[in-house]
Amino acid sequence: MLSKRIISCLDVRDGKLAKSVKFVDTKDIGDPVVQAKKYYEEGLDELVFYDITASSDKRDIMLDVVSAVAEQVFIPFSVGGGLRTVEDCSRVLLAGAEKINVNSAAVLRPELISEASAAFGAQAVVLSMDVLRVAPAPGLESGYEIVIEGGRRRMGIDAIEWAKRGEELGAGELVVNSIDADGTKEGYELTLTRLIAEAVSIPVIASGGGGTPEHLYDVLTEGKADAALVASMLHYGEYTIEEIKRYLVERGIKVRSA
Amino acid sequence: MITIIDYKAGNLTSVQRALNYLGIKNQISKDPDVVRKAERLIFPGVGAAGSAMKTLRERGLDAALKEAFERGTPILGICLGSQIILSMSEEDGNTPGLGMISGRATKFKFRDESLKIPHMGWNEVRISQPHPVLAHLNPGDEFYFVHSYYPQPESDVNIFATSEYGFEFPVAVGVDNLFAVQFHTEKSGPVGLQTLVNFAAW
Repeated sequence: MLSKRIISCLDVRDGKLAKSVKFVDTKDIGDPVVQAKKYYEEGLDELVFYDITASSDKRDIMLDVVSAVAEQVFIPFSVGGGLRTVEDCSRVLLAGAEKINVNSAAVLRPELISEASAAFGAQAVVLSMDVLRVAPAPGLESGYEIVIEGGRRRMGIDAIEWAKRGEELGAGELVVNSIDADGTKEGYELTLTRLIAEAVSIPVIASGGGGTPEHLYDVLTEGKADAALVASMLHYGEYTIEEIKRYLVERGIKVRSA
Repeated sequence: MITIIDYKAGNLTSVQRALNYLGIKNQISKDPDVVRKAERLIFPGVGAAGSAMKTLRERGLDAALKEAFERGTPILGICLGSQIILSMSEEDGNTPGLGMISGRATKFKFRDESLKIPHMGWNEVRISQPHPVLAHLNPGDEFYFVHSYYPQPESDVNIFATSEYGFEFPVAVGVDNLFAVQFHTEKSGPVGLQTLVNFAAW
């Protein structure tokens, strides 16, 4: 039986680790390669790196980070942030990532998903979506809207429809990130996650709001997620991967032993 | 020296990085002569069977690989490499394979919609027949998988390990000097690295 995956995301700016809180403030907390290796050794199942480097002339620093990680970390990892073309994606994959992670660029130009899927296979294409809870309206029936630019720009696209479209275009996995829950540590957005998991047939990774192992349990059961993304609860040493996994096993969730 | 066969199949550099990390000498090659004379071969793969077979033929690697197999060269197939060593694959409208083991790469089909395809993630590997490449593993060890087809040999004699996803399916197959695994040894953490160490010593 397939295990539920515990994935951590590392935000990287200018080659250094940062963790976003509500997308407003970021604070450096270390070296991404050291951190990735530590999590790998502690039994993490997968990693995501988001490049939040602002200036384009520093983008190549990320490729160095990717290849340094690939030389020492032998679990799958994806890389996102600033990938706008198949060529951008190709560079990241050649540097050693298994998967590329697209978000805003795919909302602005959905063909990016189909182009990347055709070039590298659906298994290599992860579509991340930032979602805001809104009042249901025509075209936004679910009450969940796609936003970009770190939550600042509302796109008028229903999140459930976008998830289905992403799957049709060739995404192999979805990361569903709730802007409302992100950074709160009050739990994942269970309704949103479940609605999307029920609407698509590709794996769904829940993101935003994980603060305790119980939150992971909730989103992997009630939220129907295949995997949960954890950030600050690990980054700040509040829980270890082993503690999270032990809790989940005790509650009957199958995970890879840490 | 392990030669990793280059046929535009994706995960070559991941396999190479894992071997480098383990201090196992290796090279990547697309030259049929190098493959024919190799001491040991890794036949990796990510992608579709049809285009993989096409590239193998264009580069003359299909014949070279079969020759190496007949000469007794230890060969490790990974992922797609565990499928196209069979007689055929259901992928791309029944693609003929290399035929080193009788059988077919078979697509997952489920009535239960909660079972997603591809089978992606970590799953337990159960050893059904001991094999040197699967040495030093423990019951319950999990490996990383990403695939929509699985290798189904005609005879159980060729099945060395299975996993469960809706039903029990083969994940390690072999005959003589050929061994092949559906999971990604190079992305399966310490247990995956162990199988690469095992292969280097097989």
